[in-house]
Amino acid sequence: MEIEGHEPALSAWNIDVLEGKRIEELRVASQQPIADPDNWLGAELRRNILLTTVDYAVNWARSRSIFPLMFGLACCAFEMIATAASRFDIARFGMDIFRWSPRQADLMIVAGTITWKMAPAVKLIYEQMAEPKWVIAMGACAISGGTFRESYSVVPGLNRIVPVDVYVPGCPPRPEGLIHGIRLIHRKIMSESIGKR
Amino acid sequence: MTVSLDCEQVAKRLSQELPGSVVTVEKPAIVIRTERLREVAEFLRGNPDFEFNYLANLTAVDYLDYFEVVYHLVSLTHNYSLVLKVRCYDRVKPTVPSVVDIWRAADFQEREVYDLMGIVFDGHPNLKRLLLWEGFVGHPLRKDYL
Repeated sequence: MEIEGHEPALSAWNIDVLEGKRIEELRVASQQPIADPDNWLGAELRRNILLTTVDYAVNWARSRSIFPLMFGLACCAFEMIATAASRFDIARFGMDIFRWSPRQADLMIVAGTITWKMAPAVKLIYEQMAEPKWVIAMGACAISGGTFRESYSVVPGLNRIVPVDVYVPGCPPRPEGLIHGIRLIHRKIMSESIGKR
Repeated sequence: MTVSLDCEQVAKRLSQELPGSVVTVEKPAIVIRTERLREVAEFLRGNPDFEFNYLANLTAVDYLDYFEVVYHLVSLTHNYSLVLKVRCYDRVKPTVPSVVDIWRAADFQEREVYDLMGIVFDGHPNLKRLLLWEGFVGHPLRKDYL
């Protein structure tokens, strides 16, 4: 039904015209294909790129994979062996293998009494280790000579012959103590800079 | 188990075979005259009644008045054991005859005693310090050291 002077908004004709207009608009706007949504392809890559410093990256790598040197001079060596074996398991800290060769080691754990007769060998082995290298003095004897400090044949402290990074006291220290010392070495490594050593 | 020989009887036998070689008998040991030591050693090693073919231990004691060198002998054939001692009164250059050619085991032991006590073993083929380094001053197991 039509009323004069008033065109209904939705006459059958108008509906067709409006539809045609929408179709025409869409056709004009859709002349080019829409780009595939491919931004997800870079997500994997983005997850694997970290921004950090060279120092942090190098120290992280160094501290998580220390190769200790076999170095048992006296009874402390057995606590060191226990530390390495299955119960305390220093493989947890990336220290799976005790190296026999100083040239493949980063960390010298001097476990036990050092006599003056042994001292040149200790110094030589320290010098044979490649940089960077760290030293733990394990037990009272290695720290200060311990009970044998006044003796004619004992070195009164490892620091008389090589520089020491961490002292682990005890007679002998328990494996937990040695592990704490190793954690301190990790912290020390993390605070180092390759610019100055 | 090794049978420890009666010192009195062995001393009696030694006095018969080698007169004047025994100084005295201290209960577990026989004290031998120092200059007769090699004779006694050779007798105890060679005689088929004893055959002390193994020197288990050789050590020394400082009694301030004199040094005493102690020999622990074992016969592997008869399963006997015996302790010999010799005394040395000279503190400046104490000298005891070496028994290296009788018991090879004495080699390092005499060197150790020389190193730590300063007792010179006359006739030792290679008498030099064993545990301490060359150039060390003094003999640290002496009572008057330090």
